[in-house]
Parts: sequence; C-alpha cells; structure tokens
Amino acid sequence: MADSQALNAPSAVKERQKRAKMRRNMFYIALLAIGLVAPFLAYPVFLMKILCFALFACAFNLLLGYAGLLSFGHAAFLATGGYVTGYLLASYPGLTPEVGIIAGTLMATLLGLLFGVLSIRRQGIYFAMVTLALAQLMFFVFVQSSFTGGEDGLHGVPRGDLFGVISLSSNLAMYYFVFAIFIFGFALIQRTVHSPFGQVLKAIRENEPRAISLGYNVDAYKLLAFVLSAALAGLAGSTKTVVFQLASLTDAHWHMSGEVILMTLLGGVGTLLGPLMGAGIVVSLQHILAQSPLGNWVSVILGIIFVVCVLSFRSGIVGELTKMYRKNFK
Amino acid sequence: MTMIFGVPLAVFMGQLTLGLVNGAFYALLSLGLAVIFGLLKIVNFAHGAQYMLGAFAALLGFRYLGINYWLALFLVPLVVGGFGMLMERFLLRRIAHLDHLYGLLLTFGLALIFEGTLVNFFGVSGARYATPEALQGGLNLGFMFLPTYRAWVLVAALAMCLFTWFMIERTRLGAYLRAGTENSQLMQAFGVNVPLLITLTYGFGVALAAFAGVLAAPLYPVSPTMGSSLLIVVFAVVVIGGMGSILGAILTGLGMGIIEGLTKVYYPEASNTVIFLVMILVLMLRPAGLFGKEA
Repeated sequence: MADSQALNAPSAVKERQKRAKMRRNMFYIALLAIGLVAPFLAYPVFLMKILCFALFACAFNLLLGYAGLLSFGHAAFLATGGYVTGYLLASYPGLTPEVGIIAGTLMATLLGLLFGVLSIRRQGIYFAMVTLALAQLMFFVFVQSSFTGGEDGLHGVPRGDLFGVISLSSNLAMYYFVFAIFIFGFALIQRTVHSPFGQVLKAIRENEPRAISLGYNVDAYKLLAFVLSAALAGLAGSTKTVVFQLASLTDAHWHMSGEVILMTLLGGVGTLLGPLMGAGIVVSLQHILAQSPLGNWVSVILGIIFVVCVLSFRSGIVGELTKMYRKNFK
Repeated sequence: MTMIFGVPLAVFMGQLTLGLVNGAFYALLSLGLAVIFGLLKIVNFAHGAQYMLGAFAALLGFRYLGINYWLALFLVPLVVGGFGMLMERFLLRRIAHLDHLYGLLLTFGLALIFEGTLVNFFGVSGARYATPEALQGGLNLGFMFLPTYRAWVLVAALAMCLFTWFMIERTRLGAYLRAGTENSQLMQAFGVNVPLLITLTYGFGVALAAFAGVLAAPLYPVSPTMGSSLLIVVFAVVVIGGMGSILGAILTGLGMGIIEGLTKVYYPEASNTVIFLVMILVLMLRPAGLFGKEA
C-alpha cells in the first residue's frame, strides 16, 4: 500500500503539472485570440502603442524581475532603436521596414553590450545610478548629433512595404505586423525565463554569493540578460518609430526610464503578463488623462501610483491576483 | 594678455570659477546623498526635488512673506528638512525592512509628484531671484573679474561641507551616526534611539539639499526641473567618488566641477557629457570608485 502510494506520487505531480501547463496554454491561446480580433474593437494605433510599450516593459522586466537588476536607463535602448530605424528608413527610401527594424535592434544590442559591460561592475543601487548616468550621456549625444534631428526629432519616417510586398500604410496591416513582433518578443522572453539560463538568473537574483560558490559565471549571465533586455527594448523602439513615423527625444528622456519601471511595477515584477497589463493601464491612463481637465497632472498622478505601488502593492496587479488565486483555489 | 594653452587667462579663470561653483553644488548634494545612504542605505532620488524645493521656498518666501536672503538661508533648510523628516517618518520608514531598491523607487515617485505639482503652478521657464545687495558686483583681482556672489557661494558651500564633516567626525551625535552606519541593530541594543536617529539623519541630508537650493536661487533660473538634471550628474559624481567617505564626496564634487569648467574652455561640445565619460573611465579602471570601499 505504502509502496504503491510512493510510486503514484510522482505521476500525480506530473499529472498536476500537465494540467497546469494545459491551463496556461489555453490562457495564451485566449490572449492570442483577443489580440487577433482587438483591432476591430478598438483603434489600432492605440493598440499598437500599448503593444510597443508592453514589449518595452517585458524587456525591462526580464532584467528586473528575473535577474534582479534595476536599470534606470532603459530609455537609451528604446531611443537608440527608434532613432537608428527612423534615420535609415527616412534617408534610404528603398529600405524595407523590417531591415530598418533589424538594424535599429542591432544597434540597441551593441549599446546594451557596452552599457552592460560597464554597469554590471557595480551592484544594487550603484547599478541603477550607473545605468541612469549612461542613459543621460546618450540623451546628450542624441541632442547634439545631427542624424537625430536634435530637439526637433525625426518626422515623416515612411512605413514602407513589409518585405517589399505588403504595404503597411493601412493601420490594420501595421497592427498585425506589430502584433507578430510582440508575440515574437514575448515568446522569446517566455522561453528564456523557463530555460535553464532563466533558472540560473533567478538563482543569482535570490542569492548571488551562492550562485558564485556553485561555480556559475555570474557576470556572464547578468551580461547576457542585460544584452537580451536591451535588444528587445531596442526592438520595441524601432517598431514604435515605424508605427508613429517619428522618433523624438521623449523616448530618450529619463522620464521614459521611470515610466517603464512604473509599468512593470504596477503590472507585477517578475510575472510574464504583468508588464503587458501595466503597459496597457499606463498608456490608457495617459490617453484618458490627456483629454481630461487633469491633462497637466499626468506626471503627478504617475508619481502617486508609484508611491502607492511601492507602499502597499509591491507584487503588482498580476502578482496580487496570483496570490489570491493560490490562496482561494488550492 | 597672458594665455593658457591658447585661451586668455581671464576666460580661463572665469570658467574655472564657474566650474568650482558648480563643483561646490555637486559636493553639497553628493554629501547629502552620502549621509542619507550611510544610515538608511537608500539612494534619495528626491534629492534633486528637495534642492529645487529649497530654491522655491526662498523665492516664494521672499515674494509673499518678505523673507530676505539671509533669513531664508537659515530658515529654508529647517523647513524643508522638517518636511523631509515627515517623509521619512510616514513613508520611508514603512519600507525600511524591504530591499533598498524600493527606497529608490519611492523617492523617485515623490520626486515626480513634487516636480509635476510645481510645473503646474509655475511652468518650466523659471523665475529670477534677486542677488542680495551685499553680494552684488564683483572683485577685480587684476587677472580676472570675480563676481562676489560666486565667491560667496564657494565659501558658504565649503563652510557647510566642513561643518558637516565636523558634525559627523567630531561630535557625539556624529559618532552615533557612524556607529549606526556600521551596525544599527547593535546600536539599538545599546539603548540608542535608532529610528529617531534615522529621521534626524534624513532631515539633515534634505536640509543640505535645501541649503544648496537657496544658494543656487540667485545663480540659476528657479524652475521646477532645475533639480532633476542636476541630480543625474550628482549620481555620476557619487559613482565616481563612492559614498564611503565624506571628504571623498567633497573632493570628487569639486574636482568634477573643475573638469567640467575646463572642458567648457577647451571643448565646449563635451561639457555636458564629460562627467559621464569620467564615470565610464572610473568604472573601467577602479570599479569601486575613487574613495569607495566596496563594489
């Protein structure tokens, strides 16, 4: 009797894991379906804005939520992706948008490598300050460079034809392209987090000295996570430039680095869906506030949400919901 | 006319003074950050906003209450510092047991609130605050013209830095603070009121920022965003110097000001970025910072 129970136990666990995985897959399929019909229910440009920021926040969350590194300079990667893509597409009319986006993403990746090598030399609070300072350096570089258009930014970037075939001038076509990019980024992050690499990142987050003593090359893991995060942030910036046909200094400002932290914190740090939800809420809020009499108070309201999140809502919306679900249904 | 590397001496000395004055502000602000970091272990992201509040308090106090510069120099740090103590008591203390990154995030949110609120009332263009009469004009030193107010800022900021150094290194309260920085739990076991000490320390750090704000009011346009861009530079200064030593913070602040001033003379395009470049250099060669003990 005791033997058969012992033998059964692993299969019961397996069964439960299988069911959880199936539930998760169902959930993703439902989300995918929502994403596919969404442009018929809401304004596509608005949805694209949410998707771009959601990808940006997911990229940021990969670093903060899974490697425990708080970067205060992610705006630099968003802006680099945006400017490079915008500059290439505007000055070489023959270039197709996907080439522009890939080039922008590559530049952001390179910058991420550079920033990563420098900033992972310091930890915790210093890491945040170093990334902030490096991003500010990039801000001044963008202000003074000629290819960015300085204070004016780049305007009228053509959307062009995807692969030289599909015209992106219609918002619907553009939407599905952006949606595909988001799915690609999200799936990549999902895969990364659940891979052995992601497990080591979590180990480093929880106890870095222990990970070192176990023989992991902690700096290499952190650097790779940083570069991956920068690359995806750059991808978000590049895509955003193609959607809105402009690149401006707003993306490079430290406010943007703060906003992405807020999105992630509000949705739930270290959850896969949190950043998506946080980005959706923050972008919608900005959209609604901009049309209301409170339009001038956006940054104050964001600040208040920040304070409330830190004081009493640290797991974010998705984190709190998961906690509630675990408490009541298990 | 005497030339230094192809630049007239007067221009050279003028930029050097400007750099030194900026450096004095870096020193005061990074000192406040270091004092707060020592005991609370958080980076006070609201430091720039508190510096800005100091400048605004001086401006509004003069405009509506007729408080003159000298009184403001004394009163404003007390008021803003007291406000800081309330922030510590009712907000920061509630997250003191958590990862210190939350302190950074909380103070960042507060900075957004202060800045955004003042932008709504005063716009971003900035107002002028008159230089006090006694400090108007300048001294002709023969080789250069030294505006009196800048000389005064230099003297006042350095005096305040030395006062802080004296308080921390040479008084009983400072000894408590240093002990608390090493091990605050043990301190509490010895019967020292550590929570009160923490509140006072935060208040003092904020008061330093407000003092810098009052000093800056006649020099720069008083605007709600005057603190945030300065703070990022101060962060770089802190990374360069490390937050371990008080004299280190002062020396690094002044040194970076001088480097910035000299860059303005010889290669103005890089004057915004030179401090960040120095930070990169330091990170590559000496990751713990010039005066830092830990990475």
